[in-house]
Amino acid sequence: MNVSRRQMLILLPAAAVAWKSVLAGTPEDSPNYRMSDHWWGMLIDISKCIGCGNCVRACQTENEVPDGHFRTWVERYHVTDENMVSPQVISPDGGKEGFPAAAEDAGKYFFVPKLCNQCAESPCTQVCPVGATFVTPDGVVMVDQKYCLGCAYCVQACPYGCRYIHPEKHVADKCTLCYHRITKGLTTACCETCPTGARQLVDLKNPKDPIHEFLKTHSVQVLKPQMATGAKVYYNDLDGSVR
Amino acid sequence: MSSFKDAGHLFRFAGLFVLAFLVFLVVRHYVVPKSFGEYGHYRGAAIGDVAAHPVKFAGHETCEGCHTDILDAKKNGKHAHVNCEACHGALANHANDPASVTPVKPDTAVLCARCHTASAAKPKGFPQVVSSDHSNGVPCETCHNPHSPAIDAGGAK
Repeated sequence: MNVSRRQMLILLPAAAVAWKSVLAGTPEDSPNYRMSDHWWGMLIDISKCIGCGNCVRACQTENEVPDGHFRTWVERYHVTDENMVSPQVISPDGGKEGFPAAAEDAGKYFFVPKLCNQCAESPCTQVCPVGATFVTPDGVVMVDQKYCLGCAYCVQACPYGCRYIHPEKHVADKCTLCYHRITKGLTTACCETCPTGARQLVDLKNPKDPIHEFLKTHSVQVLKPQMATGAKVYYNDLDGSVR
Repeated sequence: MSSFKDAGHLFRFAGLFVLAFLVFLVVRHYVVPKSFGEYGHYRGAAIGDVAAHPVKFAGHETCEGCHTDILDAKKNGKHAHVNCEACHGALANHANDPASVTPVKPDTAVLCARCHTASAAKPKGFPQVVSSDHSNGVPCETCHNPHSPAIDAGGAK
């Protein structure tokens, strides 16, 4: 074969590109799990939450969340008749060990479990300078801890305060919706241990998931809908005072 | 062609660009992870990294595979839908190796109180007690079977 220098110079980059695509790795798959078949979210029923903190403890155990940081936490709202717009919100140690006694008479109380809203149009992934955080094809917002620089742009960008910088790894960390569990057919650690069924993992692409019927028949909201984040954590019975 | 006769320096310069491009491609090949860009502007294999995290809560289906007696005790009671590990804690280790990992029995004084201590903040229909008035320090399981807590449903095990 007689190839001129110029043809060679044109061929080399083409060959490099081809070789690269040959070497492209495939991610580790779970055998019966196809990402394209799922679109994960969560349903939280405020009227069922008793503020026991089981979810917070379970999440910490399952995901080795360091003390003082939370992938999920529970807030207790106290809304009085006089002040509907700025309720008192407490979350002592994320609600991990429960809540102090509530005064019987004044206003209304309720618990709001919070976690990453697994936004479809997530602000946190848009600000990452290195492509270390992203929405997976099955709708889970994740951090690539090998790629993350720990710059904390995403921590600031999250409108729900769901991210933190891991004190030892110095990278962003957040709820993975227990991706290691849901891809194996289990539910998340928080849903598994919720005694009242206030938290339920939902798969919006599964036509048999009860979420579809639930959304049709209940007044369901997401947090901060005005921010158009495409949040997929649905709250039933959510009070208007919740921020 | 006469206008190109002194163009050699241009081709040499262009050659430099081509060389630099090739070096860029080679460096890029080694620096950019193989799965980068597979699903988007991120490392596709990172999904597998997250999915490889070990499971600590075995899930109630796993528990029920062996502990069918407890499943029967629970099924008609108020705690039918409370999963095993909500009270007993993460027990995937036990499920993987039942012979050598023995779960610790939870202390009902702490465990029951977590959910059932009276508080105005809890939903009104949820059963709540002020433990000092309710039992005066007697352990909960003296009267209630934690797996089916209503007293007329069997009482102490």
